[in-house]
Amino acid sequence: MSTELPLRRLVLRLTLVVVAMFGFGFALVPIYDVMCQAFGINGKTAGAYTGAQTADAAREVRVQFLATNAAGMDWEFGPQADQLSVHPGASTEIRFVAYNPTDKPMTAQAIPSVSPAKAAAYFHKTECFCFTQQVLQPGERIEMPVRFIVDRDLPADVRHLTLAYTLFDITPRQPPVATLSATAAKESLQ
Amino acid sequence: MSAVIDDHGHAGHDHHHGPAKGLSRWLLTTNHKDIGSMYLWFSFAAFLLGGSMAMVIRAELFQPGLQIVQPEFFNQMTTMHGLIMVFGAVMPAFVGLANWMIPLMIGAPDMALPRVNNFSFWLLPAAFGLLVSTLFMEGGGPNFGWTFYAPLSTTYAPESVTFFIFAIHLMGISSIMGAINVIATILNLRAPGMTLMKMPLFVWTWLITAFLLIAVMPVLAGVVTMMLMDIHFGTSFFSAAGGGDPVLFQHVFWFFGHPEVYIMILPAFGAVSSIIPAFSRKPLFGYTSMVYATGAIAFLSFIVWSHHMFTVGIPLVGELFFMYATMLIAVPTGVKVFNWVSTMWRGSLSFEAPMLFAVAFVILFTIGGFSGLMLAIAPADFQYHDTYFVVAHFHYVLVPGAIFGIFASAYYWLPKWTGHMYDETLAKLHFWMSFVGMNLAFFPMHFVGLAGMPRRIPDYNMMFANFNMVSSVGAFMFGATQLLFLFIVIKCIRGGPAAPAKPWDGAEGLEWSVPSPAPYHTFQTPPDMSEVHEHRKGTGGELTP
Amino acid sequence: MSRHPRIWMGLGLSALFGQAQAAWDVNMRSGATDVSRSVFDLHMTIFWICVVIGVLVFGVMIWSMVAHRRSKRQHSANFHENTRVEVLWTIIPLLILVGMAVPATRTLIHIYDSSESDVDVQITGYQWKWHYKYLGEDVEFFSNLTTPREQINNLAPKGEHYLLEVDEPLVIPAGAKVRFLITAADVIHSWWVPDLAVKKDAIPGFINESWTRIDEPGIYRGQCTELCGKDHGFMPVVVEVKSSEDYAAWLGEKKAEAAKLAELTSKEWTLAELTERGEKVYQTACASCHQAGGEGIPPMFPALKGSPIATGDVEAHIAIVVNGKPGTAMAAFGRQLSEVDLAAVITYERNAWGNQTGDMVTPKDVLDFKQAEEAGQ
Repeated sequence: MSTELPLRRLVLRLTLVVVAMFGFGFALVPIYDVMCQAFGINGKTAGAYTGAQTADAAREVRVQFLATNAAGMDWEFGPQADQLSVHPGASTEIRFVAYNPTDKPMTAQAIPSVSPAKAAAYFHKTECFCFTQQVLQPGERIEMPVRFIVDRDLPADVRHLTLAYTLFDITPRQPPVATLSATAAKESLQ
Repeated sequence: MSAVIDDHGHAGHDHHHGPAKGLSRWLLTTNHKDIGSMYLWFSFAAFLLGGSMAMVIRAELFQPGLQIVQPEFFNQMTTMHGLIMVFGAVMPAFVGLANWMIPLMIGAPDMALPRVNNFSFWLLPAAFGLLVSTLFMEGGGPNFGWTFYAPLSTTYAPESVTFFIFAIHLMGISSIMGAINVIATILNLRAPGMTLMKMPLFVWTWLITAFLLIAVMPVLAGVVTMMLMDIHFGTSFFSAAGGGDPVLFQHVFWFFGHPEVYIMILPAFGAVSSIIPAFSRKPLFGYTSMVYATGAIAFLSFIVWSHHMFTVGIPLVGELFFMYATMLIAVPTGVKVFNWVSTMWRGSLSFEAPMLFAVAFVILFTIGGFSGLMLAIAPADFQYHDTYFVVAHFHYVLVPGAIFGIFASAYYWLPKWTGHMYDETLAKLHFWMSFVGMNLAFFPMHFVGLAGMPRRIPDYNMMFANFNMVSSVGAFMFGATQLLFLFIVIKCIRGGPAAPAKPWDGAEGLEWSVPSPAPYHTFQTPPDMSEVHEHRKGTGGELTP
Repeated sequence: MSRHPRIWMGLGLSALFGQAQAAWDVNMRSGATDVSRSVFDLHMTIFWICVVIGVLVFGVMIWSMVAHRRSKRQHSANFHENTRVEVLWTIIPLLILVGMAVPATRTLIHIYDSSESDVDVQITGYQWKWHYKYLGEDVEFFSNLTTPREQINNLAPKGEHYLLEVDEPLVIPAGAKVRFLITAADVIHSWWVPDLAVKKDAIPGFINESWTRIDEPGIYRGQCTELCGKDHGFMPVVVEVKSSEDYAAWLGEKKAEAAKLAELTSKEWTLAELTERGEKVYQTACASCHQAGGEGIPPMFPALKGSPIATGDVEAHIAIVVNGKPGTAMAAFGRQLSEVDLAAVITYERNAWGNQTGDMVTPKDVLDFKQAEEAGQ
């Protein structure tokens, strides 16, 4: 009686549900990314911004810059200024400095995060060293620019926001090519 | 929906033989009762193993300072205790009960997929052999908690994590096959006239549980597969360095994890909904609302997962949504509790061991529900989260919830399984020792949690010392008492007063219409249930000879 | 509503065991901030609602367990449905929940307030310590557990703040809004101080935000609350709240220290530079007793040439120069000489007169030694 057609069809359907749910687990990855950008979960910011805005001279927002090295990352890494006051809509540039004090060429990836999370969706980067990976030769020092616009629609109660970068050593994953110059970093996966 | 079973030409002579002899009976059996028994024994073995790990944990926490184990090993114990209890003790016990009882309750000759049934059982010893073997590997076993948050479980994990992942895959496949089997059995093999709304609640809750299982076990399989890829194939699902996100792990894990909590409790709801009416000698109050409440709980379980993650930094709207949704679960859960209490109200109550465990289940599970409600309040959760308050909460839900539900079921159906009555005096002793031990072990955990003791720590400040000592004493008592249960069960199998077909005068349902012990093959000819009215709802009706 | 249920819950137990009240604490503390107090009120409100519901439900249950036993009632009633009652006990809990959601939402919105702060601190979790960085102030340091191994291994009696003590606490001013920007360098940690009702996960690669405003100076202790590996139980959080004047003084000190450190470490000292400078220091500060050739005047003034101190353990050598030797003429030079001079003279002594150890003690080493000593006191 276990060979009845309805049973076979039922089991087949249930198996399809199982396969679909396994796929759904993986589908959660892109869904999560979309949700993150919509709601600023984890302070995630979008990729390169191509729009342009006019400055709102009547309003000022304090933007703070943080730099953190992930465990095992020996570079010196930090912003040239701790904070800037900007007008929403205006395009502003800040430079981060990185120095490789080790005796090996290394590849690094910086990951941006904005706090408070609700401001993340209003923080646009038109140019960022985090869009690419950075390769530094032993003893090499570079300045890396970030150009950003704080959206004019930033909620009124947000008076300050923090842009934090965490620098990860990804040398084992992306071995640096010794001849590659530091500025000609490869396009990242992002 | 309900298939009429065509047993012409199947009820031949060879279907009436008894079990095969020797080892092959157990290795190759496709009999639902054999497989049910194997599940139950496996589950009890896992319960003792996971329990002995809990004893190691409580022994280390008996006093401040490091006495017995080092932090590395302590972390392996908390991890393995959780994994073994969840996947090895509670879930297989319910699958065992389902195997034994669902065919008997719906008048089916066996499970719908008997060979799959055999395979899904035998995957379990393989999975747990693999999991436990990691403890003896270089670098030790999993030490990242049963919730295995990345990157502690990926980039920073011991080598054995690959075996852990494989073990999770195996037990996931086992659960999924078991769930498909349960659904197929319930939807296709019901006796003629056994409409869905005549099914005992245990069958109903298991049907819903099985759907939860096939919905979320694949997600668990997905999340460990992602871990595997991150560890060995250079992907970055959970690593920020490569554009991934460790918080994503928590979202996917808890998308599985929260329904999993209900997977571990719904079948107990069902069993208790049979036991309380039986010993109150009164039909279950509000059968229909019980079914809907179970469905509502199952639905809500999919939209509350982030309440495990209130402190990871979710935006305000997210916190509010998950807080409200979680609080909402109190409504259907409350309906269930009120129904059980109303079932007892103006009944004619007697307190044999199954009833004692069932009543303790209702009271203590409700206490676990209260602390759950407290945990749902997001601002308060900032104080409770990851402290012993949470440990107290989920042990109140799982020990007197799932485990007492299993004990109640075991005592309730032991006469049917063995043909003998168990020793009532010893069973009552087992109950009272478990009840006192369990409360002594877990109630003080609320206090130390509120006073500020984080969970998963091997050592603590003296301000937590007194209650930890009380907890440990209670835990040792609870642990030792379970050996008494083993003795009672063995004694019951070997002998005792012969059990009639229906040993409990208030019990109802098809399982009591077959002799005790239940013959190797039952309901080869399905009973006709169309004459049974639905007004005796929740009991599966009564077959009067 | 009682704010101190621990009085009635704990009293019996305390009397029974005659122990200190703290060890029998059964409830959350109301804490030191507005937020922690409103969280505590919320906690107590829900607790009492649960107690009332529990008393009602369990009361009915116990009543029927006593009054409706088979020994008293041979025949049970047969009712099994009552739509009105069932609707009622769906609606009433729903209303109670709405009543609970209102204050909870209010508190949550207050916690999520992101208005301007007075002090910003970046908190970074490491396996297994916390790092604090005062933004815009050039002050940063690690905060490590100071409980000695002997206490953990039960070889010494445990102190009052066993496992809850650190070398450098996070210092913040009273009355000011302090914003915490929380992240981690390796695995996920969670920064928790119960008295502030602040618990926020520290996630590698991402920044989280929280804040507090504490009125009263004091010391508040907490722990890491997210399993982060082996020593998860051994990375406490200690917050020291100072009055704004004391805080300003402390910050000034820290900055001076940092500036000094920067100065000392900015120069890359070589062995030759240090011995050259050290010889001059030796001549003015040491030679009168230990003699220019290091031979000393035994037994009053021991020789340094070939002595176990000057050729043995570096740490011991630094110790005796910095702290002196009580009961002898050997003075504590730690307060008399700068770190550079101390480092130079020690380096000189370890390499002059045939003491060819090749050891170089840098000013930073001396500073570290001094700081470690201060922290140990």
